[in-house]
This record gives sequence, structure tokens and C-alpha cells, in this order.
Amino acid sequence: MGRGKMPYRGTENARSGEGTLNPGAARPFPYRYKERLPENCRHPTEAQTRAAAHPLPRQHTMTLPPVAVAITDAIVSVRGVSKTYAGGFQALKNVHLDIRRGEIFALLGPNGAGKTTLISVICGMVNASVGTVTADGHDTVRDYRAARATIGLVPQELHTDSFETVWATVNFSRGLFGKAPNPAYIEKILKDLSLWDKKDNKIMALSGGMKRRVLIAKALSHEPKILFLDEPSAGVDVELRHDMWRMVRELREAGTTIILTTHYIEEAEDMADRIGVIRKGELIVVEEKATLMRQLGQKQLALTLQQPLATVPETLAQWPLTLSADGLTLTYSFDAQKDDTGIAELLAALGTEGIHFKDLRSSESSLEDIFVSLVHENKEVTA
Amino acid sequence: MSLNMHGVRAIYQFEMNRALRTWMQSIIAPVLSTSLYFIVFGSAIGSRMGDIGGVSYGAYIIPGLLMLSLLSESISNAAFGIYMPKWSGTIYELLSAPVNWVEVLLGYVGAAATKSLTLGLLILLTARLFVPYEVAHPVWMVGFLILTAITFCLFGFIIGLWADSFQKLQVIPLLVITPLTFLGGAFYSINMLPPLWQTVSLFNPVVYLISGLRWAFYGAADVHIAVSTGMTLAFMLACLTVVWWVFKTGHRIRR
Repeated sequence: MGRGKMPYRGTENARSGEGTLNPGAARPFPYRYKERLPENCRHPTEAQTRAAAHPLPRQHTMTLPPVAVAITDAIVSVRGVSKTYAGGFQALKNVHLDIRRGEIFALLGPNGAGKTTLISVICGMVNASVGTVTADGHDTVRDYRAARATIGLVPQELHTDSFETVWATVNFSRGLFGKAPNPAYIEKILKDLSLWDKKDNKIMALSGGMKRRVLIAKALSHEPKILFLDEPSAGVDVELRHDMWRMVRELREAGTTIILTTHYIEEAEDMADRIGVIRKGELIVVEEKATLMRQLGQKQLALTLQQPLATVPETLAQWPLTLSADGLTLTYSFDAQKDDTGIAELLAALGTEGIHFKDLRSSESSLEDIFVSLVHENKEVTA
Repeated sequence: MSLNMHGVRAIYQFEMNRALRTWMQSIIAPVLSTSLYFIVFGSAIGSRMGDIGGVSYGAYIIPGLLMLSLLSESISNAAFGIYMPKWSGTIYELLSAPVNWVEVLLGYVGAAATKSLTLGLLILLTARLFVPYEVAHPVWMVGFLILTAITFCLFGFIIGLWADSFQKLQVIPLLVITPLTFLGGAFYSINMLPPLWQTVSLFNPVVYLISGLRWAFYGAADVHIAVSTGMTLAFMLACLTVVWWVFKTGHRIRR
């Protein structure tokens, strides 16, 4: 059966990737961070640096989580969506995705991966070349009125009507989405977003952060069930970011489904229930955040030695160890999923070798580490 | 399917607010410039020129000048109305909203036509200050003005969808509409031209517009009113077809 015709077959085969909607994405996942760093990367990110500092052994492999597991009560359902622009660039490749009602879903991916195109297809701004999308059960093409009425979108760019007042533009959005005027509701939104005292100001007079709030107010003005936040944290200060995420949590508690893209991966780590990673138009991972971190996350055990070592003794070669430049820190990377992590044997072997340590600490991969490794892993695979 | 009237009202109100914010540019400036034509060609020079078809020259040029303003303002208003969201990026909201092409047209073209008709009425009232005139068929006049305003607002809307720069927005009104209006009998009857140029003029669509409006004013024109009305309706249908196609295919608005 061709890939494009692969039917959904439930979760039973999902672990192996067989029968998942993007079967090609599930494959062994060798952790070779160091090798995956781009050669010309002059300024690696903190995550890349960390990953490079703690390479994992070549034999250490793990299967990627499934990309798509159809959800019975999905509020957004993307089925086999591909998008090829007029110039021939394929921005999306056979994407299948279900968003659960009431969840916060974070869509991660490097620049140009297809995040915004996917959101634009769902919201109706870009026509999919192939595939279907439903929002709250309504087909976004055939039943676009009902579908779009359920969606609020905060775009990545600060697109605003500069000469309009805050009050006018938010009320305009509500009307445009087919809702009768409701000044009390608009007042509540503006107060929640600390915009009430700016309601009569022209948008051009507002700061970038305030304009971002206005866009959020516009997106919320018609009481959507689904809220898309496309890079909402870009260019906003810490205070607004915290306010925004507080509001996102409140919206979720009120039943709104949130789909966000962000470059601040710690935000996704902090906020999201599930994570999707998209790269070169392909959804390579969709998983519960906790599961993803558990499955793909790795732990490091750092031992601070009493005496510096010149090299790692050959008798310890069976463990993937790295020695710091000063010879005082020995780091062991291991798979926390395994029953036998090898720590006990390692510590015993160290004792046998007469290597004593005065401190030990463990740490695990952040979502950013995982994201970097996923993206670079797939670069290798596709290269 | 019921219309999203809240959406139509929101677009209409937004566009009308934009005109009111820029009232000097959108209302005073065109009224003033047209008034200058009335003063120069109507009162000053017109008083030294003979009647045309029994109508004083000052009065004769009123339909033509009215049509010149109506066409250029209808096109500009509608073109800017839809071009500005494209330029500023706010069109994302329109594209993701539960509105169809009919509702979008009702909002944008409705507002643009309202503005240009208001302007037309102001110009008529202003003309009264300089030139005496009568309207033989007032109902026809109003109807023809409405038909022309809507048709050319649709045309302007298409230009706004097509344009990808401010220069392109101005190209059609300045380089096409204005010359066609001046050569379409705004200041003279095409019957005054040599036979060859009379025939050539009949390929100028603005001739039919000015002629139709002139008939509504003075009961006589270069072309029969039925032909003028028919040509305008045909052009309106052509514009509607283009707009329908643009929204159906997403050409230049939906990638």
C-alpha cells in the first residue's frame, strides 16, 4: 500500500511506526550529537554545546515516537495535507495531525520548516494542494464558515491597522467573524490583556508588545474554541511573555484549545501538553511532552574526581565516558529508559581502577536538547 | 446560505471610518478640484462659448465632470480599500474569517460606492453655485450614478487585488481612465468630431457612461440611454465574474 493511502490503524502498531500515518518518520534514532552539529556552526546554541559535550555511543539507539495517532475527539484534524507553492517549493508533505480538544499543542521546527504554512492551511489563508482539514468537525473548505468561526489566529508578524484605535479594531474582528457586538466582552478581553487604558489609542502609537496584545485581543474577540499562536513571544519583553502565558493557561482552563509555535523551546517545555516537531514540511514527531522527554531524553551522570585523569582508562571503554579538559569531570551518558543503566557497574569499575570521586550529579536532556537532536538527526537521514 | 451581515457591517464601517479619518483628502480635495473646472470652463470660459444641443456650455460639461470624479473616486476608493490590507498584511484576518466573496464585496464595494456617490452629490451641489442646470430625469440620473459607481468600484476592487505596488494602483486611473474621460465627450459632443473619430470614440467605454448621464440631465445624448445602460451592466457583470474567479481560485490573495 502506498504511503499516501496508509490508513489509520490505531495505536497498537504505533510504537514501531508501522501503520502510523507517517510511517517513514519512525526509525532508529542513534544519538550522535557531536557528529550532528553542523560543520559550519560557529555559534552553536547552548543545547548544541551541551549535546556535543555529552556524546552518546554509536550503539545507543532508540525508536522515535509515533508521528500521528488519530484521536477520537480531535478538535483539529489534518489528513494527508501537502502544499506545493507556485514556484515549486513543497512546504508540507503528507501531514497528518490530530489536535485534542482542550490541549496546548506546541509545534516546533526550524525556520522554514512549514509551521506557518500548516497553520495557514488550517486557518484558510493558504490552499492545501492535497488533503483535508477539519476544525471542530467542520471541513475547512466545504464548511469554511463554521470551521473558521471556531478559530482565532495570532499571526507571527505584527500586522495591524495602524490608524485604527484599539477598541475599533478589536470590535471589527468580532464583527468580521460573524458575532454581534458585545462591548462587555471586549472590555473584559482588553482588561485581561492590560489594554483597557489604551483602548482609545491609535495602534501606531503602541509599542511592539502592546501591538502583540492587540493581535491576541483580536483573535479572542469572537470567542474561538481554537486559538493559534504563531510565534507569539517573538519580540516581546519578559513581563508580557509571562502575562501571555498566564492568559494562555487561563484560556485552556476555560476549554480553549491552544496551538502554538515558538522559538522559545523552554516555553513549549513549560506550557505544552503535547509536542509536534516539523522539519522540511514533514511532521517527524508528535508525542506527549512528558513521554517525548522520557523516551528521547537522556541523562548524564557527572562525576567530580578527587584527582585529575589524563585519559579515560581502556578498562572503562565499555561505558560511554567523556573527560573534561581539566581531567576532573567524568561524564557518563545513559538511557534512563533502560532497566540497567550501567551506573552500578561503572561505579564499581571506577573503584577497582582506584578512581575516586568527591561529588556526583545527574541531569537530563531539556526539550531543546531533544529538539536540536531531532532536527539534526533528520538532517543526517535526509542528507 | 444566510449572509454574515455582522461581517459585512464590520468591513463597511471600517472603510467608512477610513474615509472620515481622511476627509480632507477623500472629500474636500476632489470637490475642490472639480469646482475649479466649473469655475474655469463653466463660468469663465463657458460664458464665451456657444450652446451645445441647446444646453449652455457650463451646464453641458456637468455630466462629464461628474462622471470623471465618480469614475476616478470609485476606482481609487475600492482599490485602496482592498490594497491596504494586502500591503499592511492585515488581509490575513479577512482570509481567515467566515466571510464569502459576496460579503467581502458588499462591505468593500458598498463602502467605496457610498463614498463616491456622496462625493458626486456634493459635486452636483457645488456646481449649482457656479452654473445653473436642470435635471430632466432625476430618477434615471440617480440610478445611472449608482450603477456607474458600483461598476467602477468593482473595477477598482479588481485593480486593488491585482496591484502589488502603490504605483500600479495609480496606473489605471491616471493613465487610462482620465484620458478616456477627457476623450469620451466630457467637454464636447462626439458629434462635433470628424466621422472617423466619431467611430473611434465609440470604442471608448466612457463615451457610453457620459452619454447616459447627459441624457438623464438634458434628455439628449450622443448614444441612446439603453445602449449606455446595457454597456455599463455588461461591464459590471464582467467585473463580477472576475472577482468571483479571483476569490474562487485565490489568485493573488490566497497562496
